[in-house]
Amino acid sequence: MSPTRADYCALACAEVFRGDGEVMASAFGTAPAIGARLARLTFAPDLVLTDGDAALVSGAPVLGTPPGSLVLESHMPYRKVFDVVWSGRRNLIMMASQVDRSGNQNISAIGDWARPSAQLVGVRGAPGNTVNHSTSYWVPNHSPRSFVEQVDVVSGVGYERADSGGPAARRFHEIRFVVSNLGVFDFDTPSRTMRLRSVHPGVSVDQVVEATGFTLTIPDNVPLTREPTPDEQQLLQMLDPKGLREREVKE
Amino acid sequence: MSDKQLDLDGLVAELSSGMTLGIGGWGSRRKPMAAVRAILRSDLTDLTIVSYGGPDVGLLCAAGKVAKVVYGFVTLDSIPTDPHFKRARQTGAIEAMEVDEGMFYLGLLAASQRVPFLPTRAGLGSDVMRVNPGLKTVTSPYEDGEELVAMPALNLDAAIVHVNRADTSGSGQILGPDPFFDELFLGAARKRFITTEAIIPTEEFLDHGPIQTMCISRLLTDGVVATPGGAHFTACVPDYQRDEAFQKEYVTAAADDDSWAAFAARYLAIDEASYQQSAGPFRSETAQPPREGGGQ
Repeated sequence: MSPTRADYCALACAEVFRGDGEVMASAFGTAPAIGARLARLTFAPDLVLTDGDAALVSGAPVLGTPPGSLVLESHMPYRKVFDVVWSGRRNLIMMASQVDRSGNQNISAIGDWARPSAQLVGVRGAPGNTVNHSTSYWVPNHSPRSFVEQVDVVSGVGYERADSGGPAARRFHEIRFVVSNLGVFDFDTPSRTMRLRSVHPGVSVDQVVEATGFTLTIPDNVPLTREPTPDEQQLLQMLDPKGLREREVKE
Repeated sequence: MSDKQLDLDGLVAELSSGMTLGIGGWGSRRKPMAAVRAILRSDLTDLTIVSYGGPDVGLLCAAGKVAKVVYGFVTLDSIPTDPHFKRARQTGAIEAMEVDEGMFYLGLLAASQRVPFLPTRAGLGSDVMRVNPGLKTVTSPYEDGEELVAMPALNLDAAIVHVNRADTSGSGQILGPDPFFDELFLGAARKRFITTEAIIPTEEFLDHGPIQTMCISRLLTDGVVATPGGAHFTACVPDYQRDEAFQKEYVTAAADDDSWAAFAARYLAIDEASYQQSAGPFRSETAQPPREGGGQ
């Protein structure tokens, strides 16, 4: 069975955690949740996963495992989560209603913050996360509305803002990747602006450019997002037997 | 030990219009909803609500009780946003102070410790600094010289939190997996109230859970109110899970004025006992035993 688009997205999310040692992996969204588990089972074996509630879990439970069947490793209520965030022992994939060229993210409000056209959930922990530990974003609906020149409310801090925020803002700041349903993006450019890192198989570079509301850096040769190995493909299926990932990302 | 028991009317009588009121819990979890409903029935108005926001914020906004909300988010957990809070923000009906949820924690901690601020990296470079022009930074007096955000103390006039068990002198026990920041809400407030699923004899606390669950000491409370089912429709594990069907009904009803008026007449214009009979987690027609487990 050849990998689906959702498989590539989950695998790309797993790559966010490559090279991580014993850090807490927090992952919001279906592809990130599968990705963190896949990384834990393969190339990032020391990764620490959460139950999405108030505990760290042992192993890499299948999506949708009932809480009573999880093996808990440690207590992690919200107050302790902040200790972990501020210690830097965390790697995170958040979602973004808007993300921009410089890696700013918005989950607060659309339009003018003072009287928004759409109030979203609020900045949540995005300001603190982004200046304390590596943060990446997952955008399952890549479009000029989600990939914008400048986000309306800077919730997660991008590179330019981290710079202007001073040394204390820069010190632990890293926006590692942005993963969308079309490709993978990083900030590996002299100006720390967004670059197309790979396109998922079946997606053209033109398609990405068209769906992006700002000028991306496009390398001469854009690689394809790597294919899952047969083992990884099997693990994807095992971790998400009901195919929840296919509902989040359509072919 | 003094008996700190009062009823919901007694609690509301301790509050006044214009107060800054902290509400415990997190999102749509372990919210003191019976107390919120009592406030909805009162004449109180012009409140500043400080909350890890859930339907507490939405309901108070819908009833026109709110002048300002201090929050890092407002969410119903299984439904990303609260419709009434959204409308209040989008129509400019309320003032807002939106901060990082960790900054919020430090604001409560600073107030609890009676210091004017606590330093943090959180907020630097973000629009939290732009939309709250009153927020200032502070430079480390030590060699590093780092410039950090000085999160001001969130001093509260009153705070209300909901716990699983309490005794008459106001010690509280939280049996769910996360005590959230309830202790700090109480610590940050001048008048401190806990509502509880059940008031039990002090010597029975340890029959319900280990010492770590006995996390609210009576040093932090002025009043305790027995409100069985009092967190409904938010989660209050292990006593009951979130009532997802009711929460959906709440969100659906918010879609237009007529359906909201019907919802309010049916569930909010009645006293707490009637609410519990018709909607509460232990209502007779469903008569289900409390479920186990901490997942939500």
